[in-house]
Amino acid sequence: MNALTTLPTRKDEAWRYSAVEALVGADLDAWRAIDVPAGESYRECLTIEDSESTELRRLRVSVGEGARCELFAVIAAGKLGRVEVEVRLARGAHFELGGVTLGGRDTVREFVTRVIHAEPEATSNQVIRAVHWGKGTGNFLGQIDVVRDAQKTDAAQSFKGLLLEKGASVNAVPQLEIFADDVKCAHGASVGQLDETARFYMAARGLSPELSRRLLVQAFIGDAFVALDDEAERERLMGIALAKLDLHL
Amino acid sequence: MLKIDNLQAEIGGTRILNGLSLEVNAGEVHAIMGPNGAGKSTLAYVLGGRPGYEVTGGSVEFLGRDLLEMEPHERAAAGLFLGFQYPVEIPGVSNVQFLREALNAQRQVRGEEPLSGGDFLKLAKEKAGLLKLDMDMLKRHVNVGFSGGEKKRAEMVQMGILDPQFAVLDETDSGLDIDALRVVGEGINAIMRAPEKGVLLITHYQRLLDYVKPDYVHILSKGRIVKTGGPELAQQLEREGYEAVAA
Repeated sequence: MNALTTLPTRKDEAWRYSAVEALVGADLDAWRAIDVPAGESYRECLTIEDSESTELRRLRVSVGEGARCELFAVIAAGKLGRVEVEVRLARGAHFELGGVTLGGRDTVREFVTRVIHAEPEATSNQVIRAVHWGKGTGNFLGQIDVVRDAQKTDAAQSFKGLLLEKGASVNAVPQLEIFADDVKCAHGASVGQLDETARFYMAARGLSPELSRRLLVQAFIGDAFVALDDEAERERLMGIALAKLDLHL
Repeated sequence: MLKIDNLQAEIGGTRILNGLSLEVNAGEVHAIMGPNGAGKSTLAYVLGGRPGYEVTGGSVEFLGRDLLEMEPHERAAAGLFLGFQYPVEIPGVSNVQFLREALNAQRQVRGEEPLSGGDFLKLAKEKAGLLKLDMDMLKRHVNVGFSGGEKKRAEMVQMGILDPQFAVLDETDSGLDIDALRVVGEGINAIMRAPEKGVLLITHYQRLLDYVKPDYVHILSKGRIVKTGGPELAQQLEREGYEAVAA
């Protein structure tokens, strides 16, 4: 198969803000399957932390009846760093995603998710935090499908972007397709800068601009790891994220 | 220890301080009183180095150094504490983490060893006790969900932990009920009343001065000190009002 002929373009909704030019030579068909059997729990922490080129992680997840899948991810490297997740939830299943993107220069770091509530009473929660500087871009394209019979679905999506410098940008595209009538679907997206009033307050207590920024960024991305019930893993992911910040700012 | 000479400052092109001069020596407490819009908070922010407050003339010397040349965090490390009229909320950052990082950042600038987690908690507990603030409050995020009075007491706990040489306290008494006022007043005395320390108390009212006795009282009007006296000046102000006394 000739990879070049199958490259997506920005006309494809799922690649709308992506760095499609960085895809040349990338293996686009490498989807990894994760099956969580009924009643079981699965957790994975993913990181993209050391690459200059294109890094794709594509997961196709099936969560069985009453089962639980938790993914936590930090995308902090790659010209294009992209985590793509397609999740199918059976009755009463839960999917949790906590994701952080960080990046400067002209990098693109993105989460693209599709959560299919295929049966009733499943829940999903996605929390994405994006911190960018330089000409860096952070994206979250989050699609939620609730099929006709998936009553009592409870799906939530939260995206917040933090721009540390002029020139950086974030894009959030929530997309909800709901064919059941007794469901709860919540999504929120916002973008902002560091709170300069807080930074002056912190400076007045002795924190340098670098330290106050680090503390505020740490607080900001901490939201994505609230649901991670493993302190060591939480600290590891936070460490990877903050190291990226320290290295480039 | 603090010498302000003919200080002029403006915000967004509007002149607020108009040649303010003031000297505070070690061991002294000075109170600055004045009506709304006199420039009291501007003075506090200029001393703290808040961005947007532009000094257009005059000088400020702090412990022999040019204060205005220093960055805000350098001023803190040099021993200046600014107590905020409206303490800022910082969601996601606990008081303990914030203050430990702040204290250790200051210590590093001064060439001192960082304080360990255990030693820091001991210190924080002692200072919280002084201000009758529950230690649990310090585990919560900075000022988030604190009442007005709790915020002001937390400011004083911060001051106790950071142990500055000089404190500029901007309306620390506002928002306090009578009991809290006494606790805060006693806290200021316990932390800052020392021969090598100095305090500049900015206030609208005389009542805080019942607890923290000033050595000098200055009246600020239209960006400059128009009258200086002893504690009796504050009482006269309370009786007669700014217009009569400062005219």
